[in-house]
Amino acid sequence: MLEVRNLKINYGGIEAVRDISFDVPDAKIVTLVGANGAGKSSTLRSIIGLVKSSGGTVKWGKEVLNGKKTDEIVKNGITLVPEGRHVFPDQTVLENLKIGAYLRKDSLEEDLERVYKLFPRLKERSWQLAGTLSGGEQQMLAVGRALMANPSIIMMDEPSLGLAPIVVQDIFKIIKKVNKAGTTVLLVEQNANMALRIADYAYVIENGRVTMQGTGKELLSNEDVKRAYLGTSAG
Amino acid sequence: MTLSYLVQQLLNGLSLGGAYAMIAIGYTMVYGILRMINFAHGDEFMVAGYFMVYAIAVFPWFVSVPLVIGGTVLMSVLIEKTAYKPLRNAPRMSVMISAIGVSYFLQNLANYLFTAMPQSYPQISVLKYVYTFGDVSVSRVTLLAPILTLVLAFLLVMFVNHSKLGMAMRACSKDQDTARIMGIRVDNIITMTFVIGGALAAIGSILYFTDRNTVQPYSGSLPGLKCFVAAVIGGIGNIPGAVVGGFIVGICQIIITAAGYSVFSDAFTFLLLIIILIGRPSGLFGEKAVEKV
Repeated sequence: MLEVRNLKINYGGIEAVRDISFDVPDAKIVTLVGANGAGKSSTLRSIIGLVKSSGGTVKWGKEVLNGKKTDEIVKNGITLVPEGRHVFPDQTVLENLKIGAYLRKDSLEEDLERVYKLFPRLKERSWQLAGTLSGGEQQMLAVGRALMANPSIIMMDEPSLGLAPIVVQDIFKIIKKVNKAGTTVLLVEQNANMALRIADYAYVIENGRVTMQGTGKELLSNEDVKRAYLGTSAG
Repeated sequence: MTLSYLVQQLLNGLSLGGAYAMIAIGYTMVYGILRMINFAHGDEFMVAGYFMVYAIAVFPWFVSVPLVIGGTVLMSVLIEKTAYKPLRNAPRMSVMISAIGVSYFLQNLANYLFTAMPQSYPQISVLKYVYTFGDVSVSRVTLLAPILTLVLAFLLVMFVNHSKLGMAMRACSKDQDTARIMGIRVDNIITMTFVIGGALAAIGSILYFTDRNTVQPYSGSLPGLKCFVAAVIGGIGNIPGAVVGGFIVGICQIIITAAGYSVFSDAFTFLLLIIILIGRPSGLFGEKAVEKV
């Protein structure tokens, strides 16, 4: 289980995250929803060690992750699919997948097969440069690359960003599939509608604080959430 | 102008070009990974020259050569750790200015320690052995320089393109944060880059100074600048480009000197730079921009 307690993050005096606490139990899908700039991405980047927190703790099982370097955190079975995909554009699809498994020393064949099965499109294009893929394919590659690390928990930052609705559907199906196979998912989304539908538990983040929480279903039917994030207020 | 004279000059050009290429690779690799021009690189090459002067006074050449390479690598890594690494999160211009500072520091340190008097560079007999073909006579180092350069550049390209570390290196040069998420220790990759750059600068220095006989505190300044030009001509960030650029600059310099216009040879190098920057700013083999979002 991933436990975040009273996390605070400052960027040069600006408080991006004021006080965020949440739990991600094993094998569940937990989502953080909220508007742009609410502090969701900063939270993920701080968990993986790219951003220093200025207060609070992040615990992974018994291990305290605060202050650890990113490679040590990744070694603990945590990975992040960054916002905007960030595949390595000048390297082939296959190379991108191999980089995802950078810290592993065992054979990759099985996992490559698993990723290719999940994303047949990537197999067809394994020799193509990642920069030439479409946005949806790049997102699949980013997820596949993260899976190559054989993570216990995969954090995803806005996987639906800038994708066509039909592709978004695909991506969410895959997130569910990945989770069914036993990987814990921490999902950050502005597309609250989709995220809440697949989430076991959800937190609403506003101005760097958790303002609401509940199961995905509860929040989907909550009037405040509807008005603010789903645009479907019964009015 | 006789044929043998032409052949002789061409060989000299290839030799000088080889030495330039070695140093240009150092500029290009550091740029590739840190997006900064390591202005101290040419001066590291000069200090490597002094290392040899003092190493050969004590040890035989086959001990001195690895010592010089090791010393230069150490210096290169030390410069990175003290002058560049603390500025990792600063604007890129700050690191560049720090590099210029290191450059002047090395020049003045050499001036202080070794005086401004040119010192004679050790003549290693194995390298100086002279072959004669008819009217053409070449020393072994002249022949060795281009061959060694091509072999090392080939090995380096293979390493960068086909090894796991090379893969990590290319990942870091594109996107350091994402490379970190993959579990790559970016700092180690950067150190490795400076190790390779330092080793090549040391080898380049041996090839260059053996043919030129003296070393002084400013020996690295103009050649360093020319090698930077070579890296830009080839397309900075591109290793084969740096090699081609090195040979172009070296051969042009020798041809112009041989034609009797040695006064203009330096000016020509920079004219070439201007022409390339106007006509093809990304250099001959510059990074191609495939990016689709």
